[in-house]
Amino acid sequence: MEKIIVIGNGMVGYKFCEKLRAKAGKNQFEITVFGEEPHPAYDRVHLSEYFTNPSVASLEMAPRSWYEENDINLISGEMIIAIDRANKTITSHKGTTLSYDKLILATGSSAFVPPIKGVEKQGVFVYRTIEDLDAIIEYSKKTKKAAVLGGGLLGLEAAKAMIDLKQETHVVEFAPRLMPRQLDNAGSDALLSKMEELGIRLHLNKNTRNISGDGKITAMEFADDSILDVEMLVISAGIKPRDELATACGLAVGQRGGIVVNDLLQTDDTDIYAIGECALHKNFIYGLVAPGYEMADVVVNQLIGSNDKTFKSYDMSTKLKLIGVDVASFGNALCENETHKPIVFEDNYKGIYKRINISEDGKRLLGGILVGEAEAYNMLLQITLNGMALPPNPEDLILGSRGGEETKMELPDSAQICSCENVTKGDICQAIVDNGFEDVAQVKACTKAGTGCGACNPIVKDIFNEQLAKMGKVVKNVICEHFDYSRQELLDIIKIKKVKDFDQLLDEHGKGDGCETCRPLAASLLASTWNEMILEKGKDAIQDTNDKYLANIQKGGSYSVVPRIPGGEITPDKLIVIGEVAKEYDLYTKITGGQRIDLFGAQIHQLPDIWEKLINAGFESGHAYGKSLRTVKSCVGSTWCRYGLHDSVSFSIEVEERYRGLRSPHKLKSAVSGCRRECAEAQSKDFGIIATEIGWNLYVCGNGGSNPQHAVLLAGDVDSATCLKYIDRFLMFYIKTAEPLNRTATWLNKLDGGIDYLIDVVVNDSLGIAADLEREMQFMVDTYKCEWKEVVNNPELRKKFTHFVNTEIPDPTMKFEDMRGQKKPVEWGA
Amino acid sequence: MTQEIAEYKTVKAEDVTTWYKAASMEAFPDNGGAAIEYKGLQIAIFNFSRRKEWYASQNLCPHKKQMILSRGMLGSEGEEPKVACPFHKKTFSLKTGNNLNGDECDLATYPVKIQDGYVYVGFSH
Repeated sequence: MEKIIVIGNGMVGYKFCEKLRAKAGKNQFEITVFGEEPHPAYDRVHLSEYFTNPSVASLEMAPRSWYEENDINLISGEMIIAIDRANKTITSHKGTTLSYDKLILATGSSAFVPPIKGVEKQGVFVYRTIEDLDAIIEYSKKTKKAAVLGGGLLGLEAAKAMIDLKQETHVVEFAPRLMPRQLDNAGSDALLSKMEELGIRLHLNKNTRNISGDGKITAMEFADDSILDVEMLVISAGIKPRDELATACGLAVGQRGGIVVNDLLQTDDTDIYAIGECALHKNFIYGLVAPGYEMADVVVNQLIGSNDKTFKSYDMSTKLKLIGVDVASFGNALCENETHKPIVFEDNYKGIYKRINISEDGKRLLGGILVGEAEAYNMLLQITLNGMALPPNPEDLILGSRGGEETKMELPDSAQICSCENVTKGDICQAIVDNGFEDVAQVKACTKAGTGCGACNPIVKDIFNEQLAKMGKVVKNVICEHFDYSRQELLDIIKIKKVKDFDQLLDEHGKGDGCETCRPLAASLLASTWNEMILEKGKDAIQDTNDKYLANIQKGGSYSVVPRIPGGEITPDKLIVIGEVAKEYDLYTKITGGQRIDLFGAQIHQLPDIWEKLINAGFESGHAYGKSLRTVKSCVGSTWCRYGLHDSVSFSIEVEERYRGLRSPHKLKSAVSGCRRECAEAQSKDFGIIATEIGWNLYVCGNGGSNPQHAVLLAGDVDSATCLKYIDRFLMFYIKTAEPLNRTATWLNKLDGGIDYLIDVVVNDSLGIAADLEREMQFMVDTYKCEWKEVVNNPELRKKFTHFVNTEIPDPTMKFEDMRGQKKPVEWGA
Repeated sequence: MTQEIAEYKTVKAEDVTTWYKAASMEAFPDNGGAAIEYKGLQIAIFNFSRRKEWYASQNLCPHKKQMILSRGMLGSEGEEPKVACPFHKKTFSLKTGNNLNGDECDLATYPVKIQDGYVYVGFSH
């Protein structure tokens, strides 16, 4: 077996092992990999996530067990100190000596620390390893003000980390702009204003001369004699290739560092390769992970004997989200030494800057820059890399936000879609054709596309959809065998054709007799549109059991009764009525999670009598049985609470009474908290409201349940009227567009454009439908009636509430037993 | 439980010995069902008015042994008329009583006839 030793267990070293094991025969190679850090290889690209989730495991490329399973000898925490090329051995600092047949140097790089006086002081850090991060986190506990030296990619990442650590954050950059290698001045300005909005203070054109302080840093002094007081400094000014081992054993290195390699990634010893950030290829160090992976691939190909692949200069295009701002730069972004015609789009209000560089003859795209909005990145990159012909109006490529669709173009099969894993469009399409995949997740698992940095995920999805469409396999979202429409289409039909009856809907727009899927769905749509009593005019036949009897069916066939208690506020007199009714009908009582009282164990014939008593005492239906608004939970609010900012109880009652009875795709829950202590748990609701000093924050699309999800902020510091207006629009938009039985959180997760789009529609009225949504909601509010009151007062409807139609006796099989002094139904089938 | 599932046995039209007069047609909602009691048995009768058809089956759901099927929802699968149980949405053919989801046991079904505005169910004992 050939002995392979890899020095360096970073991302590229790891990827090399993965690729070699995947491509080579099982017993072809013996692989040993040395890492000087204590952890197995981790994802350095997403290092800043460590500040919000300090878990090494979640960053690891693969757990330690992966190395065992793949028969790779991983030796962590051990540094190689010497290579003996004559005897082909390596020696570690612990004295371990091993021989190799082929040696792979994947030693990476260390942080470049500029020679500034005072860099050795306490409180000065580099941003490179998990140990660095741990030290920064620990030190930040004592500091309030931090600076980052370097306004490049990594520097801005580090600045984000400082914000996460609650530091007043400064960024110091030598150049006159941010990300000088990727952005031009205007692009930098757009990014700069976004950074400043986030509270990051930027200092450009600053040459740091001295780091002052007595033992620990207290200030930075600049060449222009200005001074910045800081308690901590993170240096992120570039990288320095780790070439010291190579130098020591006599391999050629570049003048400014880096192990010299040829197109096969061989050093000047053909048994030693260098890959990743330590390798100097054609006088260039690639400080990105994708070219490192490509290098690993080239070496693996040689080792397994297929020699045809060489490393060619690699595209350095990047797209990333920097502190929530999309930034992309592709092809020849700056075109500093190339004649070109730029097209520039700037929106200073939204902080968007886009520039594309067109060749002199107007035929090709050379490169460009996108700041603030980078959806077109993948498409533009492909056009650039593949030398595709430009559309007649190339400005359409970046002016999508002006209105209409951004121009999309058909990519060739050779187009590289995922640069991390080197997957082409052809690979993706082939995987779909060969395996019959109908889920994009299967495609990603099979091809590995999108599993690296994830930037290509949107285009992978587009290609997936296109390919399915080509195969005639677009899976349309139809309701069931009876209606060839989506929920949204059926709702439009009901509205436009003014359909009020299910049989009519079925006869004119469907087929067959309906089923347990489309009937309740149509019932909900009819209710959300016309708000007619749900049990009248034959509509009882299309209601789910709970809606059909306006009560929740329980084990054994009894029902539960839940009167509305808006905001959880109830008088002692009303409590007594509930107690009396429960006693009279022997009902099990329990306080619900939504601050009201549930009465269980009512038999079907008792329901109208029970409700008659409750309605006479001033109660109304709580709609606990419907896909509709349940409760609006509240804390006690400013009337009693010493922390309360506003009267959350009054507002929650107003909200609950406004939306009571509203039928929707799924149940709706809400809450109002009187201050940010959030006792009402509003952030786990479909819509939740939290008092601020000057108004309310409105959160939407949260839920508890099997997949808990936090609600997200829709609008901040709004007054009560605006808050209700936004809820009107939000709920109606949800009712109109959600798929069947999708709660608001699921709906948002599927919504193209996510929360930003939702804010645009609800707050900025980007679709111009806000007035319609408000009017439709007002109609629902104005036509609300208590369903139980109607049943109680309608002898025809009351008649339905019986178990047998040929005898007065109740269901003789219904049985209860005692538990803690109350009743409970006997177990299923007992 | 007063009834065991074994007490419910499908009755074919030709084997009917007794036509029980259950209730007037109006007692059964359009496109819905209602239960009747007969000699300790609970029978669900369905008025599938959209198809102008009547069906009867045991009221007992064979899955969790609940007296509930008369409150189920009517519908069709292809040409087959069916009822969905309110508890767990299992569906049964109204014609044969067969479980259409292919797992639990089937329903016993009974012949129905309409005469002079009344609904009759056929039994063989």
